[in-house]
Amino acid sequence: MQHLLSAGDLTRDEALLILDTARELSQVSERSVKKLPTLRGRTVVNLFYEDSTRTRISFEAAAKRMSADVINFSARGSSVSKGESLKDTALTLQAMGADGVVIRHSAPGAARRLADWVDGVVINAGDGTHEHPTQALLDAYTMRERLGRVEGLRVAIVGDIRHSRVARSNVLLLTTLGAEVTLVAPPTLLPVSVDTWPCAVSYDLDEVLPKSDVVMMLRVQAERMHSSFFPSAREYSRRYGLDADRLARMADHAIVMHPGPMVRGMEISAEVADSARSTVTEQVTNGVSVRMAVLYLLLGGAIHRPGNQGEPR
Amino acid sequence: MTTTTRYLIRNARILGGEPTDLLLAHGRIDAIGPDLPADGAEVVDAAGAIALPGLVDLHTHLREPGREDAETVATGSRAAAMGGYTAVFAMANTDPVADTAGVVEQVWRLGRDAGYCDVHPVGAVTVGLKGERLAELGAMADSPAKVRVFSDDGMCVSDAQLMRRALEYVKAFDGVIAQHAQEPRLTEGAQMNEGVVSDRLGLAGWPAVAEEAIIARDCLLAEHVGSRLHVCHVSTKGSVQIIRWAKSRGCDVTAEVTPHHLLLTDELAESYDPVYKVNPPLRTAEDVEALREGLADGTIDIVATDHAPHPSEAKETEWNQAAMGMIGLETALSVVQHTMVDTGLLDWAGVAQRMSATPARIGRLTDQGRPIAVGEPANLTLYDPTATRVIDPATMVSKSRNTPFAGMTLPGRVLATFLRGVPTVLDGKIQ
Ligand SMILES: [Zn+2]
Repeated sequence: MQHLLSAGDLTRDEALLILDTARELSQVSERSVKKLPTLRGRTVVNLFYEDSTRTRISFEAAAKRMSADVINFSARGSSVSKGESLKDTALTLQAMGADGVVIRHSAPGAARRLADWVDGVVINAGDGTHEHPTQALLDAYTMRERLGRVEGLRVAIVGDIRHSRVARSNVLLLTTLGAEVTLVAPPTLLPVSVDTWPCAVSYDLDEVLPKSDVVMMLRVQAERMHSSFFPSAREYSRRYGLDADRLARMADHAIVMHPGPMVRGMEISAEVADSARSTVTEQVTNGVSVRMAVLYLLLGGAIHRPGNQGEPR
Repeated sequence: MTTTTRYLIRNARILGGEPTDLLLAHGRIDAIGPDLPADGAEVVDAAGAIALPGLVDLHTHLREPGREDAETVATGSRAAAMGGYTAVFAMANTDPVADTAGVVEQVWRLGRDAGYCDVHPVGAVTVGLKGERLAELGAMADSPAKVRVFSDDGMCVSDAQLMRRALEYVKAFDGVIAQHAQEPRLTEGAQMNEGVVSDRLGLAGWPAVAEEAIIARDCLLAEHVGSRLHVCHVSTKGSVQIIRWAKSRGCDVTAEVTPHHLLLTDELAESYDPVYKVNPPLRTAEDVEALREGLADGTIDIVATDHAPHPSEAKETEWNQAAMGMIGLETALSVVQHTMVDTGLLDWAGVAQRMSATPARIGRLTDQGRPIAVGEPANLTLYDPTATRVIDPATMVSKSRNTPFAGMTLPGRVLATFLRGVPTVLDGKIQ
């Protein structure tokens, strides 16, 4: 594995290696000196075309905890906002000798395109409505920490599946790891070919809730109602929002996840978001460990497919 | 170039038949038969290559005026000649739009000045391609360019009433409306075929129904008002079925398919390389199969390239931001051989009909798409189907490089193209 562009690129063993490595590296975050020398001398560029402070900070913290040099290259105020093409930016990063580029972009496939143009490692930190593989990894990591495993877990992913990079990456990764995924959404917010996806589909949240070990709520943009994906925020919330009543009908051990940012009162009530069943803040913490593992394995050169010699980069 | 030179083509197989000689003189085919005497004529050894009537492309974007960085009438018509074409129809979505007699006449004159093939401008149906009111169709028809094909290609004439009026109006001068069938609301922001691949890639879908619904509507409209309709770049199985049904009802509809839709599928988008981004989008293998069948059985009448040149910066970008379209003039015949002839679906007579005679008839050209016979205009293509070539964008004559066939090995090579007896291509090289 040279890049991390899609959660679907990961074999089961590779995914488990990332999660195991993240576990080890999480110890670092608990130490008073939160720093490893592992990536000293390596340069990681955070190339963010979309505002996503939480993801950028997470990658930045992960890289710095391993002593990498971090350059934040945000689209705002840079040559990018003056119309420089992604390709020219890629060539610039190449000339700067970037060992790894973490890219966040509104265009699906932007990370893949970038990987065609630079020699260094490309990590997809969210490309439009396509994927967000490190989010799926941190979600799987969080499930493991809370419930002890991923395999065999019944995971409901609820919300705007059609436009969600988090859903795409999670379906791919969780399936690889042996979880049973059910997508829950109004039909308008499901991809048209969802019946070919390796998961179940339901239009009825109440039917799925009691059977789920994990309920992952996705952010739903209220603007979707202007394109008639649903009639109103109120109706959406009534049919697909997670409130205290619904939480009470979940299994006792079941957890509530959300990739953030949450729209409280829309897909999730404040009460649920702040409850002990919610893993929202753990997900943020775990994000750093998982991203450390990804950077370590891709830039440090230790990841390899079974039977293959990993090549140091 | 001079028309006084006579050419004797040795050992050409007309439409794939037995080898024979053809003598071209004074712009016409002067004699056909074995062992014709050279008699001072320039001899071209076809060495068993196939002779086809000069190809006619009903759907080309030459980009001039306005986007001369992508293509000009001169470079585009040279590319056409390299592909074996002796006539092309230049779409109206230029800048300014070809919606007046002045612009169509300009394009027509540029084509004449270049001299590589006949360039017939297509007139816009509506002013500025805006879909709001009719352009002066009659003025374009009466201009020296004698426009007979009208299209807002790139945009769909989506307003049903306006489409009805356009279909009716052009009957006065035997015109035809060539519709780019794309229901606009169903395709807002659309990036690729809607289906398994678009869902996986997170790219906004362009559903087949957006094409099929317009085709069905337009066939019914054309039938109702007794007009001619031409459907541009049919891309789905459903569209083939609808056109087959409309023809069976007696609707005067013709349809075209592009070479790329005969060969390529939406899975190519997996690379996110916008060289595969085109409108209508590449569809599924099932659609490709239906298109080939439709072309073979005559439901789809012709192959048209939809040659759509773009400068590299319009393609070396994120998929979303990239321009739609592919170049196709220099590869069309090879793709048709590969998909239709080598598969046994068409013989060379069938190819000549679909790439020369019928497009000429739809466009109401009288001196193109003619049979290869004594006395006919000497518009000819010599094509070696036994050759193979790896498609290399760098060797394209077109000003643009956006070929989706780059790196593919395709059969066949155009050896020579004659426009009214004058070689525009000889020994596979532009003259
Ligand atoms: Zn078109």
